[in-house]
Amino acid sequence: MVEAYQRRSALNHFGLAARANQGGHATAGVILGESAHRTIINIRGDANDAAFTNAVKSVTGVDVPTKANTVNKAGEVSILWLGPDEWWVVTTPDRSDELVPALRQAFQGQHAAVIDVSESRTVITISGAKARDVLARGISLDLHPQVFGPGQCAQTGMSKCNVLLHQTDDKPSYDIYVLKSFSDYLWQWTEKIATNFGLAIGA
Amino acid sequence: MFLITCPYCGARDEHEFGYGHEAHIVRPTPAEYEQMSDAEWAQYLFMRKNPKGVHFERWVHTKGCRRWFNVARHTVTHEILAVYEMGKPAPQIDTEKK
Ligand SMILES: [Zn+2]
Repeated sequence: MVEAYQRRSALNHFGLAARANQGGHATAGVILGESAHRTIINIRGDANDAAFTNAVKSVTGVDVPTKANTVNKAGEVSILWLGPDEWWVVTTPDRSDELVPALRQAFQGQHAAVIDVSESRTVITISGAKARDVLARGISLDLHPQVFGPGQCAQTGMSKCNVLLHQTDDKPSYDIYVLKSFSDYLWQWTEKIATNFGLAIGA
Repeated sequence: MFLITCPYCGARDEHEFGYGHEAHIVRPTPAEYEQMSDAEWAQYLFMRKNPKGVHFERWVHTKGCRRWFNVARHTVTHEILAVYEMGKPAPQIDTEKK
């Protein structure tokens, strides 16, 4: 893990913190921001094996979601479905040093894996009445509220980038997980589209 | 452009997927290697079906769950007649009707 005092977010050069102070949030159709440095831990195992699901629950306090493209959350920890035997444990920054060894310990003797991928991604947050319209310009998924709502996630393409999209509430708000090396491009693309709908920068 | 129903994620745009060519090609066992002629190796390595009709093929959900699976697709209409997991046998499909 990078020393916290040296760490800069992938979108640091856009000066988002300063721009967030410029206001406009009350009238904005879209609020964009970055949620940097989240703890993201990739886990793999057999969801039909109670030893695996119990181990995950005992360490994280969250039930492993077995329904495709869903998220379970308890307290500060979310578990996002990636595949039939693959999930992300996502939480606040700097939890890997504690959670990774705990998960490895809990999985001992199982055909399971734990990999810290926190430094691979950053999260672009998008929220507001027009958020869906912005996403629809770059995502082929049907995001209509009857089809895709809070607590659902999907890995998909967004304007040529591979992303994981997670709807967090019905404002609607979404987290867009993207590889850091793609994040400069994806931010610029998203900001350009969002400008058409009244943009403010979130803190 | 067409929709493919990933057996794990559900219906997604074709652009999320990669194509993996003919399914159900069985690799020879080490015991069989020794017995195989060049012609049999060529058959295994290079010769592929190219039907006008139902084709059993592999796809991967590249931009989604990244899992491989099998698809039965009609090569003229592009109609997807079946989607099934890796390791499952090819389903019976009434090709006369199609
Ligand atoms: Zn899938």
